[in-house]
Amino acid sequence: MSRRARGALFGAATVVLAVVLVSAVAELPRPSAPPPRSAKLSTSVSLHERHGTDTVAGVTFDLRGFDTLGEELILFVAAIGSAVLLRAQRDPELLERAAHAADERRPRTASALRALGALLVAPMLVLGGYIVTHGHLTPGGGFQGGVMLAGTLLLVYAAGQMAALERMHPQALVELADALGAAAFALVAVGGLVFASAALANFLALGVAGHFLSGGTIFVLEVSVGVEVTGAIALVLNELLDQTLIREG
Amino acid sequence: MTALQDVVLVVVALAGTATVTVREPLRQAVVAGFFGLALSVLFFVFGAPDVALSEIVVAAVAVPLMVLLALAKIAETDVDEEDDGA
Amino acid sequence: MLPYLVAVWLLLVGLYGVVTSHHLVHLVLCLAVAQASTYVLLLAVGYRTGGKAPIFADLPPGTPVVDPVIQALTLTDVVVEATVTALLLALTVQAAKRFGSVEPDALGALRG
Repeated sequence: MSRRARGALFGAATVVLAVVLVSAVAELPRPSAPPPRSAKLSTSVSLHERHGTDTVAGVTFDLRGFDTLGEELILFVAAIGSAVLLRAQRDPELLERAAHAADERRPRTASALRALGALLVAPMLVLGGYIVTHGHLTPGGGFQGGVMLAGTLLLVYAAGQMAALERMHPQALVELADALGAAAFALVAVGGLVFASAALANFLALGVAGHFLSGGTIFVLEVSVGVEVTGAIALVLNELLDQTLIREG
Repeated sequence: MTALQDVVLVVVALAGTATVTVREPLRQAVVAGFFGLALSVLFFVFGAPDVALSEIVVAAVAVPLMVLLALAKIAETDVDEEDDGA
Repeated sequence: MLPYLVAVWLLLVGLYGVVTSHHLVHLVLCLAVAQASTYVLLLAVGYRTGGKAPIFADLPPGTPVVDPVIQALTLTDVVVEATVTALLLALTVQAAKRFGSVEPDALGALRG
């Protein structure tokens, strides 16, 4: 089918789709409608039974925790899939030499960038760790903090310190982190089966709402999600960066 | 809908249109980052700070980064292909 | 009504971008725009006038809040967008290597 025929067919289909969608969304609830019962129930369960002040984390890891398990597995499989698609035949010595050559050959990244990158790595690690561990109290959580922690890898690359990074052999570390995080989440789910009544049920002390150690297993799940997301995103970034290094070096 | 929410909704719609109409992927990555930031402001205004944090972290950090790295790799492979004559 | 209309508009614009794209990476970013329409739709369904964010760290229990179940759904949606984008970009890189071009119309059939 030629491009023009495809375009005409798409135009006709879009008009029909637009009419159907607009008539459908006209039936959806307006902001002045009374709140649904699920909202009141989920907030009261998260707050009074689970003692966690961030009700979204309470819903994500307690009431709809099984969905989050599936979502973590999606992330895990996507990281593995990207690694399989992108992984070159890699020789670690070749990689280290390529990293050194890249650092020497590249016109020195501006001193301001290198200084700023070096300065910002530590605060970013602290902020990422804070957001991961306080997910049950304030907005944030494992996923958001995990991507920030993976962003420190990018910061090191932008600051032109790839040789230092390669010496740390981050590949093994990020793969380990990815697998550990996913396994920890699954183990806590099974722990709910073993120690309490159902999968992902709480089996740790609940504490007082608003204090740091509260919410039971939510804290453990947040940290495991944070570790897994850091590993997954860093793995994908590492694959892409390694390829670029080998080609240039 | 308060006035602020209306304004942010219109900005989101315009940013989405801009992301689609910019054809070159390199420039589009930057516009897509701006679209993600506009979406996260929308989420804040709608009372969803958790989702806004996720959106900032994904659409302004992870996605433009992956797009730029993928573009760099595509540029290298295309050049290689021409050299090999394959 | 306005957020729902914006969601419909984003979906249609994203689909238009996907259909008329000339570059695979451009296609992936237009898909992200279409995915964003679902976030706007979900949040608009959950929003109530005068509702605050459902974080009770500084609110007294019992204040009317926005629906947190909707926000949990949207969080999963955002994560899925990130993973889909990552996998699609990896596939794009492989397609460029295999076919030597990133024009969607030039991609031939897969040969085993």
